[in-house]
Amino acid sequence: MIRVFLPAHLRTLARVAGDEVELDVPAPVTTRAILDALEARHPVLRGTIRDQATRKRRDFVRFFACETDLSHESVDCPVPSSVAAGLEPFLIIGAIAGG
Amino acid sequence: MSGVRVLVGTRKGAFIITADAARKDWDISGPFFGGWEIYHVKGSPADPNRLYASQSSGWFGQLIQRSNDGGKTWDPVDNTFAYDGVPGTHMWYDGTPHPWEFKRVWHLEPSLTNPDIVYAGVEDAAMFKTTDGGKSWAELSGLRTHGTGSKWQPGAGGMCLHTIILDPHHPGRIYIAISAAGAFRSDDDGATWRPINRGLKSQYIPDPDAEVGHCVHRLAMHPSNPNVLFMQKHWDVMRSDNGGDSWHEVSGNLPTDFGFVIDVHAHEPETLYVVPIKSDSEHYPPDGKLRVYRSRSGGNDWEALTNGLPQRDCYVNVLRDAMAVDRLDSCGVYFGTTGGQVYASSNAGDSWTAIAQNLPPVISVEVQTLT
Repeated sequence: MIRVFLPAHLRTLARVAGDEVELDVPAPVTTRAILDALEARHPVLRGTIRDQATRKRRDFVRFFACETDLSHESVDCPVPSSVAAGLEPFLIIGAIAGG
Repeated sequence: MSGVRVLVGTRKGAFIITADAARKDWDISGPFFGGWEIYHVKGSPADPNRLYASQSSGWFGQLIQRSNDGGKTWDPVDNTFAYDGVPGTHMWYDGTPHPWEFKRVWHLEPSLTNPDIVYAGVEDAAMFKTTDGGKSWAELSGLRTHGTGSKWQPGAGGMCLHTIILDPHHPGRIYIAISAAGAFRSDDDGATWRPINRGLKSQYIPDPDAEVGHCVHRLAMHPSNPNVLFMQKHWDVMRSDNGGDSWHEVSGNLPTDFGFVIDVHAHEPETLYVVPIKSDSEHYPPDGKLRVYRSRSGGNDWEALTNGLPQRDCYVNVLRDAMAVDRLDSCGVYFGTTGGQVYASSNAGDSWTAIAQNLPPVISVEVQTLT
């Protein structure tokens, strides 16, 4: 199972308890495959993480795993093996704003 | 039991403020969708328990929420607002072509007769419609493609379609307004459109006959007199007596004719309300006094309404969708401020009470009259 950490607003929207959701994602586990599985499980999240038409990551949403920023990696690259093994979460983060 | 339900959209969520017909004791519920920008919440005239809300965020984009129980519970509906075909370009602030990009829904206007039909005004300016209660949205692309779209330019707040008025006497007739393109009318339920901006004068437009380009802030209409329209333009309060075919100025003795809101008394088609704002570079009331101005003559002659409103050190703004009227016998008038206050008058503006004082900045106010 893939563990996906969601920001608070998206947890509320998807009505999930806890910080993470667990998803069955077929191999190879990529960012695109994780997002596809997440949106299939929670259709309300369509358009909140990536644009509905272009499928591009929304500007103020970032992807992290294993202390690495994956936001600018190809969404078709395999995620770190520890994420694919369910040992580490795939983190979806709202970019931090403020002063 | 009769009463009112005030629907308030703010920078950090939606609030619902209710009272019985006496409108003395108010109850605030919310925030709904806390932390999200709620540009607009509106109820269906055909089913007052059916509400729609526009929920958006710079981080997570646009959602539309629907309630079937008067706002107690909500469920998200479809949030796909895809322009029809290749959307092309409009004019950017510097005059260069700029691609059309969906940003958010500013205004939701439910049909007068069918709770499943809703019109949505969006930024970048376009009109969408659902006929299935929000399960899907389709663009009424005849507006964006009617011929002047490439000349439309955003106002300071974005290129937003912010006003939608449905004519109850002429099915299929719709008025809309866009900042800063102007006002438009359709007579075939949004299939085709034409600009209705003759008579508008804007200092920054050298051509006195410019078809588009005017920064219209808000339109208002009384349902019993649908050929008469009122407009708060960037500067100037305007009136049309022929469904927008031509306009003339009715700013009269206002202390300033810049502002955002304009509305019409529920039972007196010639009684109008505006909130004058000092200028487009100082978005607050003149002299630190928050005053609603009322005209009982369809414009030109205005009186200041101040009883219950702050008359010193007040520097809030009242945004374009933040005024509404109820339909009780003694017409109620409501408006919200960027300071988080919602003011209500149960006597057509003679006196005012703050029914909410410390909300996030208010973007929109609507009111439902419940019988």
